[in-house]
Amino acid sequence: MNQMMTLYTKQKITSKGYFLSLSRTVVFLKALFLAAFLMVHQGCAVDDTQTVVNFTELTMQDEFNTDGAPDSTIWGYDIGTGQNGWGNQELQYYTDRPENVTINNGIMIITAQQENFQGSSYTSARLLTKNKFSQTYGRFEARIRVPYGQGIWPAFWMLGVPEDQDEIWPSLGEIDIMEIRGQEPTKLIGSLHGPGYSGGEAISKEYVLQNDRLDTGFHIYGIEWGPDYVNHYVDDVLYSQITPDDLPEGSAWVFDNDFYILINLAVGGTFVGPPNAETVFPQSMLVDYVRAYKYN
Amino acid sequence: MKNKKNIFLRTTMLLGLVLVCFTACEREVSEEVKFATFTTNPAVFLDGFSGGLEYLPFQGSKLDAFTVDTEVKYNGTASMRFDVPNLGDPSGAFAGAIFPDAGGRDLTGYDALTFWAKATKSATINEIGFGNNFGENKYLVSKNNLRISTGWTKYTIPIPDPFVLTTERGMFWYSEGPEDGDGYTFWIDDLKFEKLGTVAQARPAIFNGNDVELQSFLGIQTTLTGLTQTFNLASGVNETVTAAPSYFTFTSSDNEVAQVSELGVVTMVGTGSAVITATLAGVLARGSLNIEVGGSFEFAPVPNRNAANVISIFSDAYTNVPVDFYNGFFGEFQTTLGGAININGDNIIEYTALNFVATEFKNPTVDASGMTHLHVDIRIPESIDASDFIRIELGDFGPDGAFGGNNDSSGSVIISSTALTSDEWISLDIPLADFGLTSRRNLAQIFFVSDATISNLLVDNMYFYTE
Repeated sequence: MNQMMTLYTKQKITSKGYFLSLSRTVVFLKALFLAAFLMVHQGCAVDDTQTVVNFTELTMQDEFNTDGAPDSTIWGYDIGTGQNGWGNQELQYYTDRPENVTINNGIMIITAQQENFQGSSYTSARLLTKNKFSQTYGRFEARIRVPYGQGIWPAFWMLGVPEDQDEIWPSLGEIDIMEIRGQEPTKLIGSLHGPGYSGGEAISKEYVLQNDRLDTGFHIYGIEWGPDYVNHYVDDVLYSQITPDDLPEGSAWVFDNDFYILINLAVGGTFVGPPNAETVFPQSMLVDYVRAYKYN
Repeated sequence: MKNKKNIFLRTTMLLGLVLVCFTACEREVSEEVKFATFTTNPAVFLDGFSGGLEYLPFQGSKLDAFTVDTEVKYNGTASMRFDVPNLGDPSGAFAGAIFPDAGGRDLTGYDALTFWAKATKSATINEIGFGNNFGENKYLVSKNNLRISTGWTKYTIPIPDPFVLTTERGMFWYSEGPEDGDGYTFWIDDLKFEKLGTVAQARPAIFNGNDVELQSFLGIQTTLTGLTQTFNLASGVNETVTAAPSYFTFTSSDNEVAQVSELGVVTMVGTGSAVITATLAGVLARGSLNIEVGGSFEFAPVPNRNAANVISIFSDAYTNVPVDFYNGFFGEFQTTLGGAININGDNIIEYTALNFVATEFKNPTVDASGMTHLHVDIRIPESIDASDFIRIELGDFGPDGAFGGNNDSSGSVIISSTALTSDEWISLDIPLADFGLTSRRNLAQIFFVSDATISNLLVDNMYFYTE
């Protein structure tokens, strides 16, 4: 199934895809801002911050408190190069070696190395909870310090559990909680992929940090996902809500079943382009925790 | 006047502190103590000179290269306009100036100097930065070869370590010459210090990040070069600036062998080996200097030719002609470091990372038509491989006495590896006829070229003579 789902590219910020989604979200966002504005005005005396998260009942958490290899009851691995670099012409070979993934001092460290390994020029790791943990709706959150540099592509994301053998990507659905291009160290991208809105046509929202960057400290990346909506947030900022209304005419909302979690650090590929002479290796993605909460 | 007052103030404050320390050893610093504070004004030039800012052009530059332009501007009512002269402009050979604030400013809260710029044509500004106050330039920063274009673009010059800039006087400086002989105009606007918050991933370096090997001798001093700081900016671009030694903390692995000063000058004090490394704001710099100190320096044989038969370029035995430089910088292709050094009162020339290098003596040029030979002593403190060579090239600038003008000539002689011995002085006496020059009436350059086959070269007693 992994090979089947790799027939896409993540070139998603084509003007077409972006403005299509933007125009449809504008009305909703206006309403959202208006609502937030009114709430602020009414609630000044108590708390004038926007409510970012609502679900607080934990269903899974990994705080990475045990040094060594990640907990095998939660995490499995994709190994190798997949088909055509996991469908994106990515350049790394994924392994489960401690050189590429290990836990140290309460932090899971995923490291992209520049080395010749099994015919690839880079190694890294991709962890996933497939067949170990999956859930429909809820809140999915991780505290991560991302790496940087041209051609570096960290991601924290989810894929739908196939309902039968024939169901493949993009019909499965994909929720990208966090994707960052290493060469754009202030820009966060959150997306949904489904049938008719995948790869370059995915529904994406970008959030650009002001006077700060994503690779110099830990940030909390999360979604709250319920029937008919996925909210993306970073730290205390809710920056996107995607609903069935944002989808292209006639396409299906495929986010009402179980999804599992993936965390990976890719090198190169169509989404970021290859690393160059200035890209510093090794590059590490630090994950402080991954938590899931029940929808209620 | 302002300056004097400040110095007086500072002295008072220091004295105050000392007194407080003496009288209040067992208590906290008195609440009465006020530390001297300097303005944190970030503006350098927005629509006019910021408070305290002055304009001081470099000697030899076109003094009126800078004007305030109210016609062309990025924002507001005025911009800084810089007119770079054409080659040969009698008013000055280049445009260059510093913009200091003698009162000093506290820049610790900022992480970059930023500005908008455009030019009448795409061009490369030789040097632009801050920290130059015609004083010790302790925290000098230069962006070398800044590319500018014809459209307004924002440029960022990161501060290598803001923490040390508590009293910076050099707000801005630049130096730019003609492009291929032609002058042009560029404008700078909204020049100010900023706290961008996105200047990160520091990667300081010495020797431009290279690990340099050096065989040296007791008493020799060598200066660390290629000191840079690199930051990744919000744009994803890695921006590298040249940073003054005082931003760095240097360390020698063995102070019995080599000692390194705050200004990056290494002195060989004992035999053995030592490694010089550096940090900048706590980050280990890439690059190092690995030194082998092999004992006392053995000097080249002292020349004994009659001075009347000699035109000397470089020798302690003769009066030398005026020399412009021993290591002229030739664009990005040259790697050679070093130049003339002094060992316990004796002058020699030391090159490292050699690929090619020129000594130039064009003010005035040398008429060697009455001379028959070039003498030079060279020493190669590294092993010699069969493919190693040194090519010595003479350059004659022709009747106009200046580079270019379609009357220059040059010729060279190759010293192959069979004629070279490692680590001992080699005295060369080369007939000038062997260089094949059309003229040697206006000699102005001596090149040493190794194409990096030989990296380390010592040179002494470079002169023309007749037998």
